[in-house]
Amino acid sequence: METSDEELALAAAGGDRAAFGALVERHYGRMLALGWRLTGSRAEAEDLAQDICVALPRKLGLWRAEARFSTWLYRVIVNAAHDRRRRQAVRDRAAKGWGDWEIARQDAMAEDRAAQDWLMAAMAQLPEDLRDTVALVLGEEMTQGEAALVLGLSEGTIAWRMSEVKKRLRRIAAEEAGQ
Amino acid sequence: MSGEEREFDQLRAALQARAPEVDAQSKARALRLAMESFDAHQEQEAQQRSIRDRRKGGAFLAGVTAMVDRLTSRVALGATASLAVLGIGAFVVMRPGPVEPQRPVEKLVEPAVATLESGSASAEADAAQSAGPVPQPQVELAVPQGNLGPSASPAASARMRSMVPAAPAPQMQAADRFAAFDPNPLKIAAEDPVSTFSVDVDTASWSWLRSSLRMGQLPDPHAVRIEEMVNYFPYSYAAPAGDLPFSTDIAVFETPWNAGTQLVRIGLQGRMPEVEARPSLNLVFLIDTSGSMQGPERIGLLKTAFAMLLGTLRPEDKVAIVAYAGSAGEVLAPTAASDRGAITAALDGLEAGGSTAGGAGLELAYRIAGQMAGEGSVNRVVLATDGDFNVGMSSHDALKDFVSERRKSGTYLSVLGFGRGNLDDALMQALAQNGNGQAAYIDSAEEARKVLVDQAAGALFPIAGDVKIQVEWNPATVAEYRLIGYETRSLAREDFANDKVDAGEIGAGHQVTALYEITPVGSAARLTEPLRYAEPSASGGADEAGWLRLRYKRPGEAESHLIEAPIPMAVSDADTDARFAAAIAGFGQLLGHGKYLGDWGYDQALALAEGARGEDRFGYRAEAISMMRTAQAISGR
Repeated sequence: METSDEELALAAAGGDRAAFGALVERHYGRMLALGWRLTGSRAEAEDLAQDICVALPRKLGLWRAEARFSTWLYRVIVNAAHDRRRRQAVRDRAAKGWGDWEIARQDAMAEDRAAQDWLMAAMAQLPEDLRDTVALVLGEEMTQGEAALVLGLSEGTIAWRMSEVKKRLRRIAAEEAGQ
Repeated sequence: MSGEEREFDQLRAALQARAPEVDAQSKARALRLAMESFDAHQEQEAQQRSIRDRRKGGAFLAGVTAMVDRLTSRVALGATASLAVLGIGAFVVMRPGPVEPQRPVEKLVEPAVATLESGSASAEADAAQSAGPVPQPQVELAVPQGNLGPSASPAASARMRSMVPAAPAPQMQAADRFAAFDPNPLKIAAEDPVSTFSVDVDTASWSWLRSSLRMGQLPDPHAVRIEEMVNYFPYSYAAPAGDLPFSTDIAVFETPWNAGTQLVRIGLQGRMPEVEARPSLNLVFLIDTSGSMQGPERIGLLKTAFAMLLGTLRPEDKVAIVAYAGSAGEVLAPTAASDRGAITAALDGLEAGGSTAGGAGLELAYRIAGQMAGEGSVNRVVLATDGDFNVGMSSHDALKDFVSERRKSGTYLSVLGFGRGNLDDALMQALAQNGNGQAAYIDSAEEARKVLVDQAAGALFPIAGDVKIQVEWNPATVAEYRLIGYETRSLAREDFANDKVDAGEIGAGHQVTALYEITPVGSAARLTEPLRYAEPSASGGADEAGWLRLRYKRPGEAESHLIEAPIPMAVSDADTDARFAAAIAGFGQLLGHGKYLGDWGYDQALALAEGARGEDRFGYRAEAISMMRTAQAISGR
């Protein structure tokens, strides 16, 4: 009944404007949700989704029809989030010597503190690679096989990462209990 | 699920329950931008196809190749002017929305719309947009966080949200386009003694650089035009004598980065006419109100900039406003500058939305400027845009031809670039050059003040046109030479005396500085071996390093005048201005390729600049020093 993602993506890559519009409309929510799970910030997630929307016309040319569109899109989202993180790291480095940057950073920290809760604490304590894996496996409810496909890793690595996550969550819980 | 999975359950539940709901306005904006990007992509695809076709046919004309930030042909932007490299792109800074408490998510994926009528997405977006608050022109708008105070730049916000190609994947890049060039090579005076170039009073490269560094990025080397960096700063050159439009100032001093060579600085100082004596002005503001101009640092900053410019006008000057977006229209009929209320109201009423019909806008603006023309007045179209010329007179060549045709009618064109991350800088520069004007990149209210208030006279009143510089080096004293910067302004030797060949303009009070690095004959720093069988024979004196020739036209004249002066071999102590200019030239080379710098690096550049701050009334040099520090931190050198 409904046109498949793959058909829409193929048509859009071929220059079909309506197909492209439908595709973006359909997947915006997914971009936002995964973006949030990867970054923990609504504002970041909206930026990410918008960036991806703008970049998509060009990126569609790289999509190979043999991959499922949604899997491919997840990969695009994860890559975009990584890219953002990298650029933020550079920005933080450049911030040295810029007083106003420091003020902005302090503001951001205050905001974070206000929004902090268990989830934030737990996610923040995980290293980035584990956080990405959690966002896909728990947040998006992917199988370890699907997550492996999106991240370009072996299924074994995903399994190992999830057991690592479990260990760390227990440690966090134990620390909380100890307080 | 076993009890051991408890941790996962808790995390899974939190990750799902707290995912943000889609915000209709953000979504509408993202979809609108997606459609614009889609259209631009399709157009670029078509353009690339046509370029490939033309290449096949052997007649490669200009054309901006899509995502490949290169203009590969020097012919591209016209043999008349020079090739330019500026970035006018786009960045958007918005205050991030508050982190809202999340309600349980219903369904992540929206019900699909199988077919979407083209345009309905943007209609929705437009509706959302017009419902939103309209930015008011005020200085604070350039600052994303009000509490940062007016000295903070929009780009300095760590919460910057880049609007366009923020590179989700490694193969993606921002779509700002720069024309490609190679740094000027070392030349051997005995083989190639003559160096010819056009002046360049643009300063866009510097402000682009600044906004890049504030975002924590090193600029694309092709965005680094050393002459524009050096020319950004005021120096104290002597005012011209007699009725000459400008004076020349020549200094020779030791090169900071190379013990065996000297720097030759050629400085031009434009005459500053008295304000009372200046001709009346007819200005047509041609304002891009396309959708991409939305946001405080674009349309908001633009309104601020024009409001500042109004403050420098005299009652008898006239202003008209043309807006273009989708279709071009006259927003304000020619109005005396004394009627500030009407002009300000028209500016305030501008809103961004729709796609760009730059070509039609330009046509209309020139037509109105033609109607306003009066005896002894200066007519100028001031184009403000983020570089997004999509619709209408769409071929870039057609646009350039159009402005160079209008140039002959005596109307000048200035281009003000706003925003970052979007588009077509090279085209903007080409328009300004072909249209007898200058291009500036406005990244902040401070920059708007510098360009439009502090240096308004220079931006508005030309005092000399087609200014060309030619230096003939004396092979008896100079072994090698290298022009630092001006790559995009080089002219053929024979074009120097050809008055048909266009070159740069100098405005009232403008300054132009050019630096050569020369290696004297016999210096140990010489990079090439002298020829064994071809000893140079020179007729010039042994105390002359070279001969400077300058050509310029007075406004409205067709024939050029010649100024000549010897360049002495004598080395003097570098004054503050010379040392500072050298530090900036060194900085530019560090950002570019820097292969002639040896182990001279940021530490040395900083020390040199620190010691050459001079009076620095406007704080430009202090800002430069902090930019050098930032660049050093980012590059890790």
